[in-house]
Amino acid sequence: MSPARYLSLVWGQIRHNNRLFWRTPAAAFFTLALPVIFLVLFSVIFGDQEWSGYSFAQFFAPAMAVFAAVSSSFSNLAIGVSYARDQGILKRVRGTPLPAWVYMAGRIGSGVWMAVLSVGLMFVLGWAFFDFRMVWDNLGSALLVFVVGIATFSALGLAVCASLRNADSSPAAANGVFLPMAFVSGIFIPLDDAPQWLVILGDVFPLKHFAGPFREAFDPFHEGAIIGWEHLGVMGLWLVFGMLVITRYFTWDPRGA
Amino acid sequence: MSPAITVEGLTKSYGPVTALAGVSFTVNEGEVLAILGPNGAGKTTAVEILEGYRRADGGTISVLGHDPSSGGREFRDRIGIVLQETGIEVVLTVREAIDVYARSYSRRLPTDELINLVGLDGKADARIKTLSGGQKRRLDLALGLAGDPDLVFLDEPTTGFDPSARRKSWAMIEGLTNLGKTILLTTHYLDEAQHLADRIIVLSGGSIVAEGTADALGEGRAFSTISFTAEGADGLPRLEGGPDMTGHTVTYRSTSVTTDLLELTTWATERGVELGGLEVTRPSLEDVYLDIVGETENGGRPS
Repeated sequence: MSPARYLSLVWGQIRHNNRLFWRTPAAAFFTLALPVIFLVLFSVIFGDQEWSGYSFAQFFAPAMAVFAAVSSSFSNLAIGVSYARDQGILKRVRGTPLPAWVYMAGRIGSGVWMAVLSVGLMFVLGWAFFDFRMVWDNLGSALLVFVVGIATFSALGLAVCASLRNADSSPAAANGVFLPMAFVSGIFIPLDDAPQWLVILGDVFPLKHFAGPFREAFDPFHEGAIIGWEHLGVMGLWLVFGMLVITRYFTWDPRGA
Repeated sequence: MSPAITVEGLTKSYGPVTALAGVSFTVNEGEVLAILGPNGAGKTTAVEILEGYRRADGGTISVLGHDPSSGGREFRDRIGIVLQETGIEVVLTVREAIDVYARSYSRRLPTDELINLVGLDGKADARIKTLSGGQKRRLDLALGLAGDPDLVFLDEPTTGFDPSARRKSWAMIEGLTNLGKTILLTTHYLDEAQHLADRIIVLSGGSIVAEGTADALGEGRAFSTISFTAEGADGLPRLEGGPDMTGHTVTYRSTSVTTDLLELTTWATERGVELGGLEVTRPSLEDVYLDIVGETENGGRPS
């Protein structure tokens, strides 16, 4: 098969998954609506605060963008692929000539599209209603962090799916990992005054290394380099770990109750 | 013509349980082969090995010239699979589902033609979740045929259908054989096998216990029944399988109908007796099947 044909198949799968996403209101709600609600609530609550002329949303909108991006990749894949496996959809796909990697590329690609969309949505909402001002200087760094972060969390989402017996436990597993991780990574509340052990705990997991530099890229007060290589390094290690789990444990067959 | 499927000494175990204990058969091009058998006989295991979903422990398998476990894309491009229970994205419409699943085949049947073939014309733009069970099964069939396959696997295609839906499906499957497709069918229903299949394999306990056309399976196995009316059993000839009296009806169970009939009619003409309502009933496939499966489950064949 020609590369063009493969590309067309991947493109078809991305569109297919996007269509499924929009027709599944629960998925759309948790991925897009939840971060929007958080952004609005927190920005209203802390609406009277300002830092040298910058609003709360200046720092919070990028954090919610990361929250939405991880939800689009990690949670969506962990839950969506688990249900597809349970329902026998993965098995059906395996019976057609569609290469396995094209199916996965379609899933991940659709997650990336949702992530881009939700990041854009956070920035636009923040700009329109809460006085978020775009910082253009570090866009390249932000993009690099975004790409590595999405890759890592896509792999980890599939790894969660690979390690579960059935799909009913997947929302609990995905959110049970993601939400506490969001707190210890300082997504909602800065960890400046947190105890040392909590800071170290956050350092171990990849989310802090995604959200931290991404937020810095839009922080008007930040000086110096955005990308600490240690951030990319920690995410890279988790990416490799996720891939190992997938390679070892992922199956296309339903696993029964 | 080379066979579409050749299987030699196929074995498969799950831990200590033997699912297939050395199964061999062939399916010729354009032929419809039905695999019959009770639950747990190994039907699904055998078919899923041929489809490439599972690996055999031993034996040689060739499906359209491929080893299914390593056939990959080229292999799957030429087969169509209709699994017993497979989910689908129910938020799609019929047309969308066919389009997305058909994309990866190098050959394909036009979507409208497929929808028409399986009789879902009025439902092309309906969401799958609004379809009835039978309509979903017909969509499964359409998806299995989307790549214009040479070989179609049908795993219990009409389970759960009402009689008229089943008749319609049969007509559809017969239509496929007219297109020259080779079909491997598993079923619980004897009438389905009898109606659709050129040849039947009976699988029980992981082995093939009988093989042949529906007619051939019955020969020398289960009993035909000879019956007529008489006033009483007195003086009737005693044969291996009778006489048995029920009311005024005399029945003989017979494995060699010609010989037994000659005996009875000779007896009757010698005495000038009319055998009223004389009737010979061939064994139904069901009798044959129960006989075959019963033997294997009891651990051996009577002589």
